[in-house]
Amino acid sequence: MNSLLAFTGPDIAFTDVLPLLIWLGTACAVLLLGSLVPRWPRGTWAAVTSVSAVAVVVQQLSKWQDIGTEGTGTALAGAVSVDRFAVFGTIIVAVALGLVALVTHDYLTREGNDGPELYALFITAAMGAQIMLSANDLIVLFLGLETLSLSLYVLVASNRRREQSQEAGLKYFVLGGFASAFFLYGIALIYGATGSTNLTSIMEGFAAGIAIERNDALLLVGIGLLLVGLAFKVSAVPFHVWTPDVYEGAPSPVTAFMASAGKVAAFTALLRVLVTALERRVDDWRPVVWILAIVTVFVGSILAVVQTNVKRMLAFSSIAHAGFVLVGVEAAAHAGSNGIASSMTYLLLYTVLVIGSFTVVFVVAGKGDGASSLDDFRGLARRRPFLALGFTVLLLAQAGVPFTGGFVAKFGVIKSAVEADSYVIAVAAMVAAVIGAFLYLRIMVSMWLDDTSGEMTLEVPRLAGLVIALTVVFTLFVGFFPGWLLDAAELIGVHRAAPVG
Amino acid sequence: MSAVIEPTTSWFLILSAVLFAVGMVGVMVRRNPLVMFMCIELMLNAVNLSFVTFARARADVGGQTAVFFVLVVAAAEVTVGLGIIVSIMRRRTEATADDLSVLKG
Repeated sequence: MNSLLAFTGPDIAFTDVLPLLIWLGTACAVLLLGSLVPRWPRGTWAAVTSVSAVAVVVQQLSKWQDIGTEGTGTALAGAVSVDRFAVFGTIIVAVALGLVALVTHDYLTREGNDGPELYALFITAAMGAQIMLSANDLIVLFLGLETLSLSLYVLVASNRRREQSQEAGLKYFVLGGFASAFFLYGIALIYGATGSTNLTSIMEGFAAGIAIERNDALLLVGIGLLLVGLAFKVSAVPFHVWTPDVYEGAPSPVTAFMASAGKVAAFTALLRVLVTALERRVDDWRPVVWILAIVTVFVGSILAVVQTNVKRMLAFSSIAHAGFVLVGVEAAAHAGSNGIASSMTYLLLYTVLVIGSFTVVFVVAGKGDGASSLDDFRGLARRRPFLALGFTVLLLAQAGVPFTGGFVAKFGVIKSAVEADSYVIAVAAMVAAVIGAFLYLRIMVSMWLDDTSGEMTLEVPRLAGLVIALTVVFTLFVGFFPGWLLDAAELIGVHRAAPVG
Repeated sequence: MSAVIEPTTSWFLILSAVLFAVGMVGVMVRRNPLVMFMCIELMLNAVNLSFVTFARARADVGGQTAVFFVLVVAAAEVTVGLGIIVSIMRRRTEATADDLSVLKG
């Protein structure tokens, strides 16, 4: 018998990677059918994409139940972890994909375009995000990161008629590739120091007290470079310089997706690496995250105030929000804190908020996607009172006003920081939240008080209106009834046991 | 006396670090998008050298398989990157990174 034929691959538990299979199938089908049959009814692709997102959410909800009875584990020979942490992240990404697909339909209609390409790219980006947030191996994590990034580079540059879009695409591509190289070097050095790229194996190696001392320098530099790569992806200061340019230049639906799904993926990957593989090196990475968190909340909040373009303002505010999530990550360094739960809650609520906000920007920006300066929002309350009201709710929520989802999110991370005895960082976050509130007030004042001279008509496309309404309702609902979400977040657990097989 | 110097693991690691640094400096000082892009590829391949060195030093095949994945990713990056660069070059015949300055603030 040929020895090659005797080869047996690892067992594949297909249900554990079903979201990937669903999205892979949808992306291939969308591209294939789109090019084989040229004419499809308008909205087919948006509908298909949204349905795939809903299917993933449903499947993940049943997975959530299954994990409750079967416990956590790994799939594909320890490369992918199966735990509620990943399920929660996947649900957030699927929600983002579904909402953004609806807005993309209106975007393409307005720009006089249609076609399956953008949807296929959004789906592959969601796949990359899903791989990242469930990866239990650093190489798998890298592959997920690149799948996400490569899709996003193309999406950012996809508006061929707008020069800013192309420029943003190139900037994001060069800087993203630069950061990926650092990330990869970090993986190589950690592999050199510990002898494995599998998160569980690395964790067990530390637990068994392998002789790391000789390789300590390798390990520390590796951790540092890994953090640089992920900090770039979550746009933490000082690795944030690309964010305002890329967010401004990218088509608004793409910006919404980057700010939501992209951040979720990077933060879940960061959390997983830090609390599993590097659990025993907590004293090495905790100060780094501490500094990143404080600098990020302050720089994000302060620089947001001086901007004159609403898209840039929201870009800087997304940097500040990344700082708040980092506060939760820092809290997760302390044993027994609920830093992971509060970070994930924050990411879910922020995803909804930011998609709603950028959808409003998309509506106001008009054909060509360019009119997003503060002046374009002047007198919006007179032109479109309900749109202005919805945006006001979303902005108040981003500022963290009580009875909105944003308050639940901010309160959660600050509470977990206080419980972890990180008082300095909690106070810093609160001060930064106050500074940040000024930014949101500035946009609101512009909408409600400034009178508009020219009576411009403003069309609110139906699906975009639906997305804004959904996000506003969800934000208010969580603001008044946060209990169910917080209870669910308490159940989030990260897989830590030995790899199977 | 003939001194035969055996290259040790650290030689390769230092070479890899030097190549990585060359790529890094290249991205930061060069202004042509294509050259910046080539420097990123250099950085990725420097990391590949590290992976292979560690894999050999530890007699573990994991690092060598990682290189294959990195090669695939680098190839995909070339495709996407050149696509973006070409679509910009069509708009302007000559572009350096400094000319791309519509977005700032």
